[in-house]
Amino acid sequence: MLILECPYCGVTAEETELHAEGEAHLKRFGPGSDDAAFEGYLFMRENPKGVHFERWRHSNGCGKFFHAARCTMTLQVFGTYPAQTLEPPQDIRDRISAVYPGWRWRDFA
Amino acid sequence: MSEAVSALQGAVSEGFARVKETGLRGMITLRCDLASGALAKALKAVLGAKVPGQRRIVDGAGGRVAWMSPDELLILCAHDRAQAMVGELAAALGREHALVVNVSDARAVFAVSGTGAREVLAKLAPVDLSDEAFQPGEIRRTRLAQVPAAFWINQDGRFEIVCFRSVAQYVFDILKVSAEPGGEIGVLT
Repeated sequence: MLILECPYCGVTAEETELHAEGEAHLKRFGPGSDDAAFEGYLFMRENPKGVHFERWRHSNGCGKFFHAARCTMTLQVFGTYPAQTLEPPQDIRDRISAVYPGWRWRDFA
Repeated sequence: MSEAVSALQGAVSEGFARVKETGLRGMITLRCDLASGALAKALKAVLGAKVPGQRRIVDGAGGRVAWMSPDELLILCAHDRAQAMVGELAAALGREHALVVNVSDARAVFAVSGTGAREVLAKLAPVDLSDEAFQPGEIRRTRLAQVPAAFWINQDGRFEIVCFRSVAQYVFDILKVSAEPGGEIGVLT
């Protein structure tokens, strides 16, 4: 059972109270962008064994979207943070580095 | 206007805890920046209540105010006061960017009382309902079995549950089954 803390209402919510909403930190490519960029935005997703950044929604709660950093292999949760950001906060990156030195995820390290 | 009727018209089920649909209740959704001074003034003037902190439910002279999300409050009041209160709140908020809507008839309210009330809910919601963890003054939005709901506990140990009217029968039925005699766990009181 995955347990995440909603950064908006502070509830330690278990998985059934939440809804997974796919990969976090996607950069949107809309009209005017070239086909390769648009395809990448629409279809290309990370599928890592290890560190991963996801969007979750507290659907049976406050209803807000938030981000979570976790490991897909060990289910270790490194932390959750509000969705109004373009990159993971430094304290969460540090926590990941402590467990997986030299980790990379898209452009983040 | 047509006569207002609550979802289950006061249905009652007696088990090891008592489940009751509490009838008509005024409910107002208020969305705005909760840190704004205009909101604090409006709540004080209309309800005599403070702006509740995160996951808190507070009392005022005219009703209760519950924290629903970082930009949403739920106001509970007498059913026949709700429509007028919407007008008073909107006027008091003035030019503040806010949304005030009467949602009284879109919801249903249940009460669960009795010694096993905590257990009735603990069987349905993924929430720590032990005495130490869940206390009066807190409101918890979560799910009851398969539907979203919110509940809080009063000073007298009676739970009140709010859910959408469309799932009122479902919520009544699961509460009733959860409170059936013989289903006591005996861990929570």
